[in-house]
Amino acid sequence: MDVLDIARWQFGITTVYHFLMVPLTIGLGILVAVMHTMWVRTDKPEWLRMTRFWGRIYLINFVLGVATGLVQEFQFGLAWSEYSRFVGDVFGSLLAMEALLAFFLESTFLGLWIFGWGRIPKKVHLATLWAAVIGSIVSAYFIIAANSWMQHPVGVTMDGDKPRLTSIGAVLTNNTALAAFSHAIVAAVMVAGALLVGIGLWHLRRRKLAGRPIDVDHQVWRRSVRLGGWVSLAAFLLVAFTGDWQGKLMYEQQPLKMSSAEALCETEAPASFSIFAWNKLGSNECDDVHSITVPGLLSFLAHNDFSSAVPGVNELQERYSEVYGATYPDDPSRFGDKAGQPVDYQPVLAVTYWSFRLMVGMGAVSAAVAAYALWSTRRGRVPTSRIGVYGSLLAVAAPFVANATGWIFTEMGRQPFVVVPNPDVPVGKQIWFFTAQAVSPGVSAAEVLTSVIVLSVVYGALAVVEVGLITRFVRRGITTGDGTPTPTGTPDGPDRADRPGDDDVLQFAY
Amino acid sequence: MDLQTLWFAAVAVLWTGFLLLEGFDFGVAALLPVLGRRPDDRHLMLRSIGPLWDGNEVWLITAAGAVFAAFPGWYATWLPALYLPFVIVLLGLIVRAVAFEWRHSSHDPRWDATWTHVITGGSLVAALGVGAALGATTLGLPIDGDGNRVGGSFAGVGWPAVLGAVAVLGFAVVHGALFLALKTDGDVRLRARTLALRWSPVAALPLLAWAGIVHLRYGTPVTAVLWLVAALAVVVTWARIRVDREGQAFAGWAVMLIASAATIFGAAYPVVVPSTIDPAFDVTVADASVSDYTLTVMTWVAGVGLPVVLAYQAWTYWVFRKRLTAEPVHP
Repeated sequence: MDVLDIARWQFGITTVYHFLMVPLTIGLGILVAVMHTMWVRTDKPEWLRMTRFWGRIYLINFVLGVATGLVQEFQFGLAWSEYSRFVGDVFGSLLAMEALLAFFLESTFLGLWIFGWGRIPKKVHLATLWAAVIGSIVSAYFIIAANSWMQHPVGVTMDGDKPRLTSIGAVLTNNTALAAFSHAIVAAVMVAGALLVGIGLWHLRRRKLAGRPIDVDHQVWRRSVRLGGWVSLAAFLLVAFTGDWQGKLMYEQQPLKMSSAEALCETEAPASFSIFAWNKLGSNECDDVHSITVPGLLSFLAHNDFSSAVPGVNELQERYSEVYGATYPDDPSRFGDKAGQPVDYQPVLAVTYWSFRLMVGMGAVSAAVAAYALWSTRRGRVPTSRIGVYGSLLAVAAPFVANATGWIFTEMGRQPFVVVPNPDVPVGKQIWFFTAQAVSPGVSAAEVLTSVIVLSVVYGALAVVEVGLITRFVRRGITTGDGTPTPTGTPDGPDRADRPGDDDVLQFAY
Repeated sequence: MDLQTLWFAAVAVLWTGFLLLEGFDFGVAALLPVLGRRPDDRHLMLRSIGPLWDGNEVWLITAAGAVFAAFPGWYATWLPALYLPFVIVLLGLIVRAVAFEWRHSSHDPRWDATWTHVITGGSLVAALGVGAALGATTLGLPIDGDGNRVGGSFAGVGWPAVLGAVAVLGFAVVHGALFLALKTDGDVRLRARTLALRWSPVAALPLLAWAGIVHLRYGTPVTAVLWLVAALAVVVTWARIRVDREGQAFAGWAVMLIASAATIFGAAYPVVVPSTIDPAFDVTVADASVSDYTLTVMTWVAGVGLPVVLAYQAWTYWVFRKRLTAEPVHP
């Protein structure tokens, strides 16, 4: 492997890993803030216990997201210096805005929330959590605006050999960004919803089998399941709408990505949607893939009617070769080994095809589990079905997979470009940048290999500890059913984290 | 002042702010095995920085982001030239961050002790590494005319990097001790005061040397004055510790850092990455900068955003202003 391939693996590994933490931070942050709000409004003890239990998971997860996010801020310069030089006029400013307007908000106010129990007035304390959660959402907006500019560069003009920013407003209101941002936020909420459902059902069943009473702790788990279930279902609907919006944009902006998602080889009118493929599943030769299809559906997904033509991979490949060159420019100083070599405009078909299906499929699994959870807990019932409850617990992973494969799809699907040409702009004024020319020329393959191995080993070890900690914490559940006074909200009540005698669960103090 | 100069100053301010804030939490972490003789002492020390370290660390991210935003040519030369050193710094920061959160996730004292060591180790690596990177970008990196590193993976770690590393660590350790003297009570406060009194004159030397070298190489009369202010601040700090005025000593030490950083960045301007191969290969503000339009946008964003950030971070320090004592830590 050359430095380019290793650097791409490194970016993929570190970014997908980071994005396991991110949607949970965003989604669970919103839900914990809702729980905390409910406690402040109703003074009911179950909302306080929910806030503290789920809040603790939120924090364990948050810190790993912060830690792995550090790598993100630096790796554009470390391994992708030519990319950083090329996009510098646009991309860096978005990262800086994210840090200044979002990360400070997130980190500072989360510190206040963690250590502020009993130290600051109740409502102000609640506001600190909302400020942190808003920080997370704002950060998602800026980083997605940055990514969407790579998918669909707007607000720039070519100045010499680099794009120059002409309208920050166009970059921040890029339709690609608005669609991707709304899709990512609701997908993040699904992650949190699935967690509440899976863990809540497991505790409810265990308590019922152990003959525990219907007490505050029962209410904690029941409310968690109901909240998680409804939120998941609502978010799934929104995920579908925003995904459809994004998909239609992608058919205009990156048709080859979308046709590769369908393994649609030849242009079809009406085009059919592929449900599942068989025969040479791993093949990247388009014509090898055979699948079960729904007639006309792809035309609808792309153009909102059941008859329009959708261009196939083969036709698009030819079109791209004509416009952007059949071979990379013969300039080894910029393109390295790839100089003068043919450009393959088709993304890795097996990856785009299957990641798209996993994304949609796992999202649907989450929605089905949420529906099951709501049904099985209707009117105070508690499910005892082993398959149902353990299946729901296992399905906590489903929206994580959906989120990860969604990003893998959109990032792998834009190859061989790192900045994809914007088709709304006349060809002569289009801006694009091949991934092959983005890597740092001064960094050796051995160095990147070293860093990718070290980072992967460390990330792997951290994942083991993280999952172990969360599992142990979840199994222990809420250990306050032992006579802890009912919260009163007075300064000496249990909203003082440093009150001796409270179990560790109620403590955020270091 | 044109926008490029303004943004060079902004970047310098952000790095200085980072050192000033994260400096004391690096220092407290580094001093855990030195001043924290009993577990209770160590818990006290960690509690003093618990609510603050994460907000402080965002200054690093913002500083790096601002370098990318305003001077992509600087970002894209500096980082790959120190590729593996930067990866090591990131690893230090990663393990340190998770250790803060994870160390109190178990009742097992060995678990706690292990992660406490990780906080110390990660902080040492990060402080040394950031210092090395800043030393290299103000004193010199072996880069050619295309901005690419000449030599092996650690070719960028010459004497400038070593000087920067020692300087930042020296500053951070005393800064951390003064912070503990200011924020805690009991044994930790006394030990921190003694350490600061004994070591502050020595710990300031590498930073003053670094600032002095940059000044001698590029300086102006203004940077000479700034350097003298830094040197004087060391004396003031030491004198104030002696009379137990911890707040003034802390402020004095902060002035020492600010004046040193102002000397370094002020003298180095407009060079952002000096080449040790040939001064003709130096990367300057003009080479590295983005367009005026982007700088204008960033000026508006920072002009509105930074005061707000400063206000709420100041409020955090106000909320947690109380002096902490080592109370028995319940399990």
